[in-house]
Amino acid sequence: MPGALADPLLSVRKLTKHFPVRTGLFGRASGQVRAVDGISLDVGHGETLGIVGESGCGKTTLGRTILRLVEPTSGEIRFDGVDVRALKGKDLRAMRRNMQIIFQDPFSSLNPRMTIGATVREGLTVHRIAEGAAADQRVRQLLEEVGLRGEYASQYPHEFSGGQRQRVGIARALAVEPRFIVCDEPVSALDVSVQAQVINLLRDLQRDRGLAYLFIAHDLSVVEHMANRVAVMYLGRIVEFATAPDLYREPLMPYTQALLSAVPVPDPVTKRQRIVLAGDVPSPANPPSGCVFHPRCHHPARDAACAAIVPPLEEKSPGHWVACIKQPPTTVAWDEQRKAGATKQPERHLPVLGTAV
Amino acid sequence: MTMPARPVPNSSAAGESPPLLRVQDLRTYFHVGGAVARAVDGVSFDIRQGETVGMVGESGCGKSVTALSLLRLIDPPGRIESGSRIEFEGRDLLTLNEEGIRQLRGNRIAMVFQEPMTALNPVFTIGDQVAEVARVHAGASRRAAWDRAVEMLNLVGIPDPRERAKSYPHQLSGGMRQRVLIAMALVMNPSLLIADEPTTALDVTIQAQILELLADLQQRLGLAVLLITHDLGVVAEVTSRVLVMYGGQIVERAPVRELFAHPRHPYTRGLLEAMPRLGRPRDRLTVIPGTVPPPTRWPSGCRFRDRCAWAWQRCADEHPPEYVVTADHTARCHLVDEPSRDVTPAAAGVAR
Repeated sequence: MPGALADPLLSVRKLTKHFPVRTGLFGRASGQVRAVDGISLDVGHGETLGIVGESGCGKTTLGRTILRLVEPTSGEIRFDGVDVRALKGKDLRAMRRNMQIIFQDPFSSLNPRMTIGATVREGLTVHRIAEGAAADQRVRQLLEEVGLRGEYASQYPHEFSGGQRQRVGIARALAVEPRFIVCDEPVSALDVSVQAQVINLLRDLQRDRGLAYLFIAHDLSVVEHMANRVAVMYLGRIVEFATAPDLYREPLMPYTQALLSAVPVPDPVTKRQRIVLAGDVPSPANPPSGCVFHPRCHHPARDAACAAIVPPLEEKSPGHWVACIKQPPTTVAWDEQRKAGATKQPERHLPVLGTAV
Repeated sequence: MTMPARPVPNSSAAGESPPLLRVQDLRTYFHVGGAVARAVDGVSFDIRQGETVGMVGESGCGKSVTALSLLRLIDPPGRIESGSRIEFEGRDLLTLNEEGIRQLRGNRIAMVFQEPMTALNPVFTIGDQVAEVARVHAGASRRAAWDRAVEMLNLVGIPDPRERAKSYPHQLSGGMRQRVLIAMALVMNPSLLIADEPTTALDVTIQAQILELLADLQQRLGLAVLLITHDLGVVAEVTSRVLVMYGGQIVERAPVRELFAHPRHPYTRGLLEAMPRLGRPRDRLTVIPGTVPPPTRWPSGCRFRDRCAWAWQRCADEHPPEYVVTADHTARCHLVDEPSRDVTPAAAGVAR
């Protein structure tokens, strides 16, 4: 599996989450959406693992399944060696102290009827970390740590801007002193200037507290800035995995290449070679056969074998994992490809993405 | 209000035909309770035939209210204040009666909004909805309107348009729905398309398709486009001139290359530096401290001064006019007047 670590903080193996599709008058299950389809990954102590992908790729479900906010269908989740899926009741609650989440929408993720002090304090009470005056003191400290004033504790969410609310969400997550935080699109609802403030805050907190992040985002430049290693998801699967510098310098999966080339560059002088993909992301209820990306793929060696063979996620160069049987080297032998209808030999395809004019 | 010390340059040089759209001192205020929210507060700009102008800024800067004002879609307690002028194709939009403005909307000026999910009626087919525009605005027959709808769906790149016209909105993806909205906007051959964050709700690969489509249509139809966005990347990709808004005013305007190469307003510089850039990871992002003040309480003097690392006494005392930097580049910042102060401030943008 890609990016296995000797001493991971979090390790996920073959995780799946299938949702039933209900149709008709009586809502019978007529199919399944494989939102998360056999994902394995490790997150190290104090590192940021980035998850990128477009809507519907399963990245949000992945984050929630890891925290068991959504029950997985199958697979294994270990946190610091403890089997998270086996935990119940009190033990699960205790485990949640270690694993927190920051949500995308700072407008709907805070209870409008609770003061922000009460919101931050809730975790302290639930986990019996502090009570009474000590808790008040701690709440003020937390608010200050995320760049808010202590006296804001008595105010309500509607009195704050989006960026300030996101800081409250971060303070709430920090209250229980977690070691791991799922950041689910934490800055995508924010304005550019405020986004930079929150990104810097998340990095400072990581450095000061040794936090590990699973950083889920659709914005590739934000992920490049935040992550040590990056997994690219498409229709519930990881299709590419590498360190951030490797992935951004040399994206090998044709999907990643297209994704990177589509990002508008804030530089009118540089015109990038853009790979415009045909069509939309297919429905996860009815994914294409073989390589799930093949109907939209621009690799010159794409052929019938791509529609027949499910490409294994394989290591193309040290630490760089890609699910593509047409990017050499591949463990799917030419004989096997030919039997599946292949007409084109694998060849290295690495379009140049940035060119000045 | 301070008047510009030097005349604001008209973007059309002498000898050229008058612009398609000319906005002068547009002020749109919202009178709520005792307070006045000056959402748009003295905005002037031109758009020439066939050009794409970007209007960029963050939430609350007044860019969407500007767009709605151009179509006179401002409802009480909002009001376009007297003294504002909007001239379009030689006509004064603010003195037209209700019927007159309705004739313009959808016919000559069309608009595409951000949310492709809510802008379509879920119980009619997309063909019906596009055809309805032709029937209402051009009085076309049912048959002719349907044919026009299919033609428009084809124009915006919807595959198999004759069949797809019979689909309902929920059967289409977000990108396809945005194409339908663009088709509806273009049915009557408008000369100006206002696109308010047209790609913000879309995935990046779909955004690329829509931007490509807009650029293609703009060229083929000679359409003028006012593209409103918060994304400087989008601005750099598709526009030729840029208006940067802050605090209900245009704080900088320039041709796109000039703006990105030589931004003069600290706000524009801040926006450019605050963005993480692909292929250029940095340890820390430069930030603009603080947040946009509410439109009921713009600071005195320069509206950006309490977030600006360069600000000095003059910025509090004097509202900066649009200083001329070069013929087609202006910035509402006293630094242009006192360039000796324009050195990197020691503490610039290090605050969290």
